[in-house]
Amino acid sequence: MKQVIKGNFAVAQGVRLCRVGVISAYPITPQTTIVEELSEICARGELDAKFIKVESEHSAMAAMVGSSTAGVRSFTATSSQGLLLMHEVLHWAAGARLPIVLSNVNRAVGPGWNIWADQTDSVSQRDTGWVQIYCESNQEVLDSVIMSYKLAEKILLPVMLTYDAFFLSHTSEIVDIPDIEDVDEFLPPYRPEFRLDVDNPRTFGGMIGPDCYYEERYVMHKDSLKVLEHYSDVCSEFHDKFGREYDIAEEYRTDDAELIIVTAGTITSVTRIVVDKLREQGKSVGMMKLRMFRPVPVERWLKVLGTVPKVVVVDRNISAGLGGVFANEVQAVLYNSETRPVIYPVVVGLGGRDVTPDDVEGIINYALENDKPKDVPLFWGLKQ
Amino acid sequence: MKQTFKRPKALVDIPFHFCPGCHHGIIHRLVAECIDFYGLREKTIGVASVGCSVFLYDYFNADVVEAPHGRAAAVATGVKRASPDNFVFTYQGDGDLAAIGTAEIIHAANRGERITVIFVNNTVFGMTGGQMAPTTMSGQETTTTPFGRDLETNGFPIKMSELLTELPGSTFVARAAVNNPKNLMKAKKLLKRAFEVQTNGEGFSFVEFLSACPTNWKMTPKQATERVQEEMIPYFPLGVFKGGQE
Ligand SMILES: Cc1ncc(C[n+]2csc(CCOP(=O)(O)OP(=O)(O)O)c2C)c(N)n1
Ligand code: SF4
Ligand SMILES: [Mg+2]
Repeated sequence: MKQVIKGNFAVAQGVRLCRVGVISAYPITPQTTIVEELSEICARGELDAKFIKVESEHSAMAAMVGSSTAGVRSFTATSSQGLLLMHEVLHWAAGARLPIVLSNVNRAVGPGWNIWADQTDSVSQRDTGWVQIYCESNQEVLDSVIMSYKLAEKILLPVMLTYDAFFLSHTSEIVDIPDIEDVDEFLPPYRPEFRLDVDNPRTFGGMIGPDCYYEERYVMHKDSLKVLEHYSDVCSEFHDKFGREYDIAEEYRTDDAELIIVTAGTITSVTRIVVDKLREQGKSVGMMKLRMFRPVPVERWLKVLGTVPKVVVVDRNISAGLGGVFANEVQAVLYNSETRPVIYPVVVGLGGRDVTPDDVEGIINYALENDKPKDVPLFWGLKQ
Repeated sequence: MKQTFKRPKALVDIPFHFCPGCHHGIIHRLVAECIDFYGLREKTIGVASVGCSVFLYDYFNADVVEAPHGRAAAVATGVKRASPDNFVFTYQGDGDLAAIGTAEIIHAANRGERITVIFVNNTVFGMTGGQMAPTTMSGQETTTTPFGRDLETNGFPIKMSELLTELPGSTFVARAAVNNPKNLMKAKKLLKRAFEVQTNGEGFSFVEFLSACPTNWKMTPKQATERVQEEMIPYFPLGVFKGGQE
């Protein structure tokens, strides 16, 4: 059934379709309408979930650790400061190998207070062990909830799906809402091998010393990499069932490109238009959409970007003292390519500053016109 | 002609952003009147919380530092320890103080920090659009309790004043309301005492204000003010719990 809904409602629909058993949440703009909608959905009897109204995001994630260890499909949502407050427990959830799904609405981090789009909140959680997926449209948001549980429950790692504040969270788009029967076939009930069960007593999260902690993290790392293989199976199964497909790192008009621009989130949609326009002008430019950011799809990035002369990486996030995080990671991956492309890191749109087609066109032309980046990173549109 | 009523010097001359019928504006004014009364304007440092009162710095003619959500009492602790001669107050909503910041307020009180806490209890998370807070009343409808707060699954409306009274570290704890002139006059008296507790170096002082949020209660200002009287005061009784006479 097609409906015109906001990104936050798309998430709520995804959670309903996945028959999540426990939801915990603490309000924060622009996430709040996800859990408000979920409490309506539960109130209407469309989802039989326990909804825990906790006292903070730290407790929200801790409650997820409890419910997921008890063997129940668990969901929470947050944004910005809330995600940062969860940080300790994010590490915990991943280390405990719990297949929790969290949707994070990308919002700038304070101070100064700013509630608008910025990906610094989630990129700064990159080392927590969570799988990270960046979405571009409300349809992708809904579908990603369903795919995330499938992925998480197979590999036993938590998944964070993220999308831009307001540009998606509060903007309506046409979304095809799958039938729950189809989702049931795609995503069977969660039946974990290890869970709290008094008839089969176990201890979770105990002490491990230097003799085996190292191996334990090695296994976690290796399992995280398995997400990459498993993702393609999930993706094709999803495609067979629902007719939609989301590449781990989608290529857009990259054939014979002499320049590829890498984007994540809603800037991607803007960039598609610009790429079309520049192609019409005869400029051989393409785009790679960064969808999965953890684990890093190293082989894929190398294949797409490794042989192009120029790569522009657009970051709506900043690690002060370094620059944009995506650029940094793309650079690290491409260091191993034989013909290292020239990389143009660009920081844009922090704190919700609009990034228009003219901006993207300007950025691409800047990279086309210069043999080397003028600034690393380049701050595009900085007010003097 | 003698002027008998004017804007306190501690308030900047700009309109509040609060909704019509919101009590935050009245409480802001009371705090400003006390700052003027004790001549503290040049010595005051306010610690603002996250909630509808986040723009404290726009309204107070004093230094203001913003705290992350829930951390005001801890930030104020740092401010006061570093500048013991300043008058330091926090201004926090019930989501801020009684949900995410519960640990900070309990420990600041328990350590007897020489700060003054203004706690504005409107039984909802106001700024984020009216979700259930720990203070939400039994049966109260909010955006996250569409059928009303169910004590079975959501627990009980938390009484912060009573809780902090029990801590040996707190010096003055009181609950006030500004829903009618009589309560307002009483509230001002309590607030003055709370100021003195800090300026005399006596210890930690705390005043809880019952406050109307007509917008999220989906009421007119008049109905909201009546609700304070009829529903809130019976459950959250007014008065001094510790440290003085009314
Ligand atoms: C860590 C974190 N979580 C959530 C928020 C979002 N947030 C902003 S204000 C607010 C609630 C404020 O409610 P309250 O303290 O009762 O103040 P009121 O607006 O009702 O006066 C919340 C949850 C935040 N800023 N930081
Ligand atoms: S939402 Fe409620 S607390 Fe906030 S300004 Fe409006 S009436 Fe006051
Ligand atoms: Mg409140």
